Amino acid sequence: MNKDSVATAPRHMGGSHLSNYPRFLWRMLVMATEGNWLFYAWMIVLTAVALVGANAWAVQVTQGMGVTHMTDHVSWGLYIANFTFMVGLAAGGVMMVIPAYLYHDKDMHDIVIIGELLAIAAIIMCIAFVVVDLGRPDRFWHLIPGIGKFNFPISMLTWDVIVLNGYLLLNLHICGYLLYHRYLGKQPHPRWYVPFVFISIAWAISIHTVTAFLYQGLGGRPFWNTALLAPRFLTSAFVSGPAFIILALEAIRYLSKYKVGDGAIRILVNIMRITILINLLMLISEIFTEFYTGGSHTASAKYLYFGLHGYNALVPWIWTSIALSLSATIVLLSPKVTEHPQLLITACILAFAAIWIEKGMGLIIPGFIPSTLHEMVEYLPNSLEWRVTAGIWAMGLMIYTLAIRIAMPIFSGEVSLEKDQHPHV
Amino acid sequence: MNKENQESGSISRRTLIKGTGAMLGAAAFAKAMAPLTEWASHQSMDEFLQQHYRELDEEEMQKVLRRLEEETRRDYGVEVTITDHKPEKGVKFGYALNLSICVGCRKCAQACHRENNHDRASGNSYIQVLEMKKGSLDLENGTVNYSGPVPKKDAFYMPVQCQQCDAPPCVDVCPVEATWKEPDGIVAVDYNWCIGCRYCEAACPYHARRFNWAKPQIPAEDINPAQSYLSNRLRPQGVMEKCTYCLHRTREGRLPACLEACPTGARVFGNVLDPKSEIRWVLENKRVFVLKEELGTKPSFFYFFDE
Repeated sequence: MNKDSVATAPRHMGGSHLSNYPRFLWRMLVMATEGNWLFYAWMIVLTAVALVGANAWAVQVTQGMGVTHMTDHVSWGLYIANFTFMVGLAAGGVMMVIPAYLYHDKDMHDIVIIGELLAIAAIIMCIAFVVVDLGRPDRFWHLIPGIGKFNFPISMLTWDVIVLNGYLLLNLHICGYLLYHRYLGKQPHPRWYVPFVFISIAWAISIHTVTAFLYQGLGGRPFWNTALLAPRFLTSAFVSGPAFIILALEAIRYLSKYKVGDGAIRILVNIMRITILINLLMLISEIFTEFYTGGSHTASAKYLYFGLHGYNALVPWIWTSIALSLSATIVLLSPKVTEHPQLLITACILAFAAIWIEKGMGLIIPGFIPSTLHEMVEYLPNSLEWRVTAGIWAMGLMIYTLAIRIAMPIFSGEVSLEKDQHPHV
Repeated sequence: MNKENQESGSISRRTLIKGTGAMLGAAAFAKAMAPLTEWASHQSMDEFLQQHYRELDEEEMQKVLRRLEEETRRDYGVEVTITDHKPEKGVKFGYALNLSICVGCRKCAQACHRENNHDRASGNSYIQVLEMKKGSLDLENGTVNYSGPVPKKDAFYMPVQCQQCDAPPCVDVCPVEATWKEPDGIVAVDYNWCIGCRYCEAACPYHARRFNWAKPQIPAEDINPAQSYLSNRLRPQGVMEKCTYCLHRTREGRLPACLEACPTGARVFGNVLDPKSEIRWVLENKRVFVLKEELGTKPSFFYFFDE
């Protein structure tokens, strides 16, 4: 999966990494192309959507970003909205890592890789969302320290480049190392992954904090310029992350024979019960500050929640988000939620959709409306932007599906070097 | 190698299907990306590898300028001269605007549009003129969408352009140093280094920055052929641009186009380090103010009212 694991894997008796590691890579490739009809159908659908997105992006690069609905007034749109949300999803996976490694929860430890793999898929999506938002993706090398010019530490975007790529590498290393050792049938050596797991916990917090700082540090945008932004980012990430993981775990339960312990799901539900309430509390605090104080810096919040000067494109979005959030809270707080999977799945879908709106369009767009000269120019994404966005989601889901498809048989011991070498034993 | 491969028959069929699927996928991907490969074939390698403005030596700069002139000839069918105007020592530009006599005619914005080779269809300009209600300096009470004869009785007019801040948030946020503060106070952009992330556009509190959403379109006869690398040359698609106080003029000792176009003499421009300059007189004798002073951006653009 990554070169890092080769470099850091400890030497052990019998078999050399030189032959075992290529074999491991090949085995993963074979597994990635095997499955039942449902797997093939799912992958074909995702491939088709991803290709539609790739084509839309190619058109955008060729003809310029004027083919989107973004303007000089609303200069970030659906792409950056999704980027922001995906950073949260990537950070959310840490809510499995903490119980597994800090509290040594057995059920969680067995499936913690599901969260770590989610981080990988989500970060790749984040990077993709930034790349499609660039006017000149061909100049990407200008961002590479050493060859380009890297405005570190002044530009928060350079911090984001570091933390996102760092988080990707950390998770690639942890997952790659564990999977390779499971495949070899060796006990993973804690020295080679536990320190990285602990770094990744702090790092997960950093990716969403730094991403919030991108917006939070802009004095000219009062809607973002609030100290509550980073804490609220984290809180909502710890709603959407666990919600998505629960959905993935339920899918694994229904669609495969692998066991997912009830304990793990119960912990995630308990985390969501708290984070979704804190998120609502922060929402109330934000709304109170904006509207009780009043004045012209409230204009964006007025626009978002009630419409301003007759412009109200985001009003239905944000109230949908609030309604979904409240419904999810009620369902999650009900004691029955852990007994009825349908109820839990509903709650997770509601919560996930609520945060997707809130930390996406609901956060990015009002920052630009009204503009810094108080002009009212609205924005709603057009079909090309939706196609590019759907394409990246499809790519991310493909990566995540394949990663789980590969990880589960190796972790359950169903696939190993031993069995590959002696298939009839 | 593994157990599937040892059971022949059905497996070879499966392998065949997989191979076909992979080939179809690759073909579809190539088809989807076709516009991009077409576009890439028109990009020059010299442009792709060009270094940052401040890394180029004199000789390299000359090569770049000749290449850009050649590209303009090819793409727009017009002969232009692109110069690299350098800042002069002992010069720090300042701009002041008398709100008592600005009539809101937008002649400055139009002059900017022509001088700086803006895309014609979009009507773009680095200047926006706000019509403000008398009795308020809150931008919330202003509008750029006014029409009819000016000046109106209950209004005053406030043109806003890049304030060439001494603490520019746009420069801080740029991840690749594609925008920076020149020694004479001008915030410049290297159009050939900008990656088009538009973070600066989000950071600017004055709506001073513009993005090239497409390649600018101007008829050959309308193109201003006297161009400069950091200012009014034709910008590439997908990069940021902004007001440069017309550095291609002002660094030659001339006045900005917006000032020359102003029919009321509301605009005052000059070197604030020169004690005898008009701008210096205004700063010393008028009660000037800056826009959004509370943000700490330290603009080099001042407004004042006559007593």
